[in-house]
Amino acid sequence: MTSPESHHGQTAAALAAQGHLEGAVHEHPTWSTYWKVATILTVITVAEVWCYYVPSFVASVWFVPVLLALSALKFGIVVLFYMHLKYDHKLFRALFTGPLIVAMFTIVALLFLFGKVAVRLGLLS
Amino acid sequence: MDSFAMPDVIVPAAGVEHTYTTTGLPHRKIGIWAFIGSECMLFASLISTYLIYKGRSVVGPFPHEAWTDPSTGHHFRAILNIPVTSASTFVLLMSSLAMVLALAAVENRDKPKVTMGEKILGSSKLWLFMTALLGTTFLGFQAFEFTSFVHEGVSIRTNLFGSSFFTLTGFHGAHVTAGVLWLCTMLAVDFKRGLGPKDALNVDIMALYWHFVDVVWIAIFTLVYLIR
Repeated sequence: MTSPESHHGQTAAALAAQGHLEGAVHEHPTWSTYWKVATILTVITVAEVWCYYVPSFVASVWFVPVLLALSALKFGIVVLFYMHLKYDHKLFRALFTGPLIVAMFTIVALLFLFGKVAVRLGLLS
Repeated sequence: MDSFAMPDVIVPAAGVEHTYTTTGLPHRKIGIWAFIGSECMLFASLISTYLIYKGRSVVGPFPHEAWTDPSTGHHFRAILNIPVTSASTFVLLMSSLAMVLALAAVENRDKPKVTMGEKILGSSKLWLFMTALLGTTFLGFQAFEFTSFVHEGVSIRTNLFGSSFFTLTGFHGAHVTAGVLWLCTMLAVDFKRGLGPKDALNVDIMALYWHFVDVVWIAIFTLVYLIR
């Protein structure tokens, strides 16, 4: 077998030896960044639970959108910093965000077909 | 044909030996990301099912509202225990912090550590143990929750809420259990021969799985527990 030709005609092995392969050698955040991220995640979680215990906010139209936004923010922070997707190769980003988008469309589509949205639209009794 | 043949490249850089694909990326890391992508769709289907059946249970007990059984007159309070679940959510978030610290410790094992703080932060055994301990604590919270639900009258066969709730959170709990077993295995390897930079990819792959389990719980916590 021959080694694959890569960028500028160099082999993957040669590139890796020079530390040029993304995914093999990439920068990670520092320890202090990890602690800051953990603090932010904790603060967001406290804010979410606080929202749950404020009756006037629960009754408002902002309750669900705010909780979904906070949850999405936490999700994004963990994926970007703890799963290192911010620093990793774009192929890994594609491998994750592609199925994630399909999954989110699936949830929305199923809710339109069978959920309360369908009932409100008169599609289901 | 040779240009399409799968490469079998062993990289000798810095004592690290991994097999790389034609993309120049480690194939095991591509594999775990593809697996995580497929898991997104699995959990999307389970979350959809929960959301579709939400509020459609004919009989109680219900997650957020009290209910009185008309046939027996027995009163059931709202089933979900937000304070307990908030605590378990915090525990799982902290386990993710311990996991990234474990990975950083493995990657930086060869760097000199002088101060006590550097020695603590650089101990992969400590952080792998903490991650496994926090994961086990989360499972303990879940066992407590499931047991109390059954005692309060909700099982997987009671109503639509019970069926969809136990299926969704049970699948997640099974993933956490698999993650804890994986962590214990890695911890055993660390105790036996020590984990160093050459093992960083293995720990990275395990960490990706563990963080994925965490992000799934972030979604479940909001969609199942907090949104009424």
